[in-house]
Amino acid sequence: MFENLSDRLSGVLEKLTRQGALTEEDVATALREVRVALLEADVSLPVARDFVKSVQEKATGQAVTKSVSPGQQVIKIVHDALIQTLAGDDANAGELKVSSPPAPILMVGLQGSGKTTTTAKLAKRLTDRNKKRVLMASLDTRRPAAMEQLAVLGMQIGVDTLPIVAGQTPVQIAKRAKQQATLGGYDVYMLDTAGRLSIDDELMDEVAAVRDEAKPHETLLVVDGLTGQDAVYTAENFNTRVGISGVVLTRMDGDGRGGAALSMRAVTGKPIKFVGLGEKMDAIEEFHPERIAGRILGMGDIVSLVEKA
Amino acid sequence: FIARALGRTDAPRRILDDAMLESLEELLIQSDMGVETSINVTAALAEGRFGKRLSTAEIKDALAQEISKIIEPVARPMPLYPKKPQVVLVVGVNGSGKTTTIGKLASQFRDAGKSVVIAAGDTFRAAAVEQLQVWGDRAGVPVMTAAQGSDPASLAYDAMVKAEADGADLLMIDTAGRLQNRADLMEELAKIVRVIRKKDPDAPHNTLLVLDASTGQNAVGQVETFRKIADVSGLVMTKLDGTAKGGVLVALADRFGLPIHAIGVGESIEDLQPFDPDEFARALTGADAD
Ligand SMILES: Nc1nc2c(ncn2[C@@H]2O[C@H](COP(=O)(O)OP(=O)(O)OP(=O)(O)O)[C@@H](O)[C@H]2O)c(=O)[nH]1
Ligand SMILES: Nc1nc2c(ncn2[C@@H]2O[C@H](COP(=O)(O)OP(=O)(O)OP(=O)(O)O)[C@@H](O)[C@H]2O)c(=O)[nH]1
Ligand SMILES: [Mg+2]
Ligand SMILES: [Mg+2]
Repeated sequence: MFENLSDRLSGVLEKLTRQGALTEEDVATALREVRVALLEADVSLPVARDFVKSVQEKATGQAVTKSVSPGQQVIKIVHDALIQTLAGDDANAGELKVSSPPAPILMVGLQGSGKTTTTAKLAKRLTDRNKKRVLMASLDTRRPAAMEQLAVLGMQIGVDTLPIVAGQTPVQIAKRAKQQATLGGYDVYMLDTAGRLSIDDELMDEVAAVRDEAKPHETLLVVDGLTGQDAVYTAENFNTRVGISGVVLTRMDGDGRGGAALSMRAVTGKPIKFVGLGEKMDAIEEFHPERIAGRILGMGDIVSLVEKA
Repeated sequence: FIARALGRTDAPRRILDDAMLESLEELLIQSDMGVETSINVTAALAEGRFGKRLSTAEIKDALAQEISKIIEPVARPMPLYPKKPQVVLVVGVNGSGKTTTIGKLASQFRDAGKSVVIAAGDTFRAAAVEQLQVWGDRAGVPVMTAAQGSDPASLAYDAMVKAEADGADLLMIDTAGRLQNRADLMEELAKIVRVIRKKDPDAPHNTLLVLDASTGQNAVGQVETFRKIADVSGLVMTKLDGTAKGGVLVALADRFGLPIHAIGVGESIEDLQPFDPDEFARALTGADAD
């Protein structure tokens, strides 16, 4: 159903001038197709609009390399700009601030985005790779069996979880987690929270109160990689109400185009730190901007072709 | 946000020109309707109206009507059959809201006087069974379970035998979340359907695909693949209480014509509503905003 960008552009761009520099008109023609490609890849409209505008400025007047067509040239410029936006100036996407123990990490996001699973995956990663002692606590007092879910995962990966005490509020649980992490000599404690809508004032206040209690070193927004236009609202609201330090994109093992990555990055300016690639506990990787860029454009090959030219 | 595109409601009438159509198209794209469907809808709106002077309210109404026209034919509640037990299989990608929706539906059917049994067919995810058991308690219906890691197809079969023996009206089967591009997991689902059909060739009588409203264009691929593998008979869209508008439903209605049975509007047991095409269209276009 979705054409990739090179298919889209091939029709339009064959007609473009072959010599000299890219004219403003050439670029505008090409970027109309780019805009559609971005929207079909679920990039949020305002983000797609701004992105296209910035590329227009960059591309106009650029000399056309002899060995490639103007179409390929535009694709290369778009691809590079995408990578640049996605990567930001953050060199170590996969690093977490966990040097001063016990380092609190707060996990937030919409319902069902993958917070609990990601909490356990990161706990395992910190344990295995960084040799940290990690404690996980579930602050989800709402979803049925949420606490049990985290406890089962903890058992599976051999990471301790805070004992479940019925009737406590999320803030009380956060306090207890901090105490236990300090007393127990843990390097990191992770706070998994209930899913919440970014417009649910009561629950957004609740998670802000947890933040004030725990003073997290990292606050990670966990977002479904299949998210569409809503990505901008969710990112913006969580960032203003709670303040996030990074994003984790889950379900990137699916065949979604991943446009939410660009939306999130553009709106919050915060790095995408990890991507979730499955339900298994080791299915998490640090974020690779070039992979997502190719995916958003629906084309890895053409880009490497232009790369070689 | 249509207000932003069109100016205030009491603003004077404006000409429906290309610029206006483009801002309407963008409004629809921002609801996740997809580029193609958004263009089609605004083109339909323009027909007979292009160049005319219209008030903001008139434009919103007309746009909502165009959308209504597409989704009206698919707004149908889940059909009930005289067959005992009527088997309802619930499928979808991870975290879309399958388990919660089963809890809500079970409660509604029970309130309607049906005897309902639930089978906890997600034998994979941590504490999936415990989660469904809580929903079973809330809805006041029994939940059949099997050990974590056991074969969901045999659980489904056993549940059918049990539901038949108990004389239950409805058997609702939960399944583990799976992404549609995972061939192995889709084959597992195909097997569940095959085994169910061994017991009753007409079952599952309903196969509900649960979609998350925040999902973008990937929902199209979800419907396509789940329909092929599991013969989806109807859709439920969850999480419409959030900021996501769920406009992809319009594209889906246009393309597949599958019935949309219900929408999820919260995490409580009563938060499941019939799909109302007019209300949905008006919420999507912002026609309700004033
Ligand atoms: N395929 C895939 N599934 C994932 C990934 N991350 C999480 N999941 C699945 O998504 C579903 C929801 O994950 P949870 O971790 O329970 O999500 P949550 O955000 O904690 O959900 P709530 O607590 O209800 O808000 C589960 O079925 C997970 O197995 C991923 O990267 N890929
Ligand atoms: N706000 C809101 N949340 C919902 C709705 N439906 C489900 N949820 C929440 O979404 C999350 C995931 O729901 P589940 O029912 O566990 O989803 P699932 O499809 O069974 O997930 P897996 O079995 O892990 O694939 C939970 O936190 C639910 O409370 C809804 O209509 N609105
Ligand atoms: Mg959770
Ligand atoms: Mg479930």
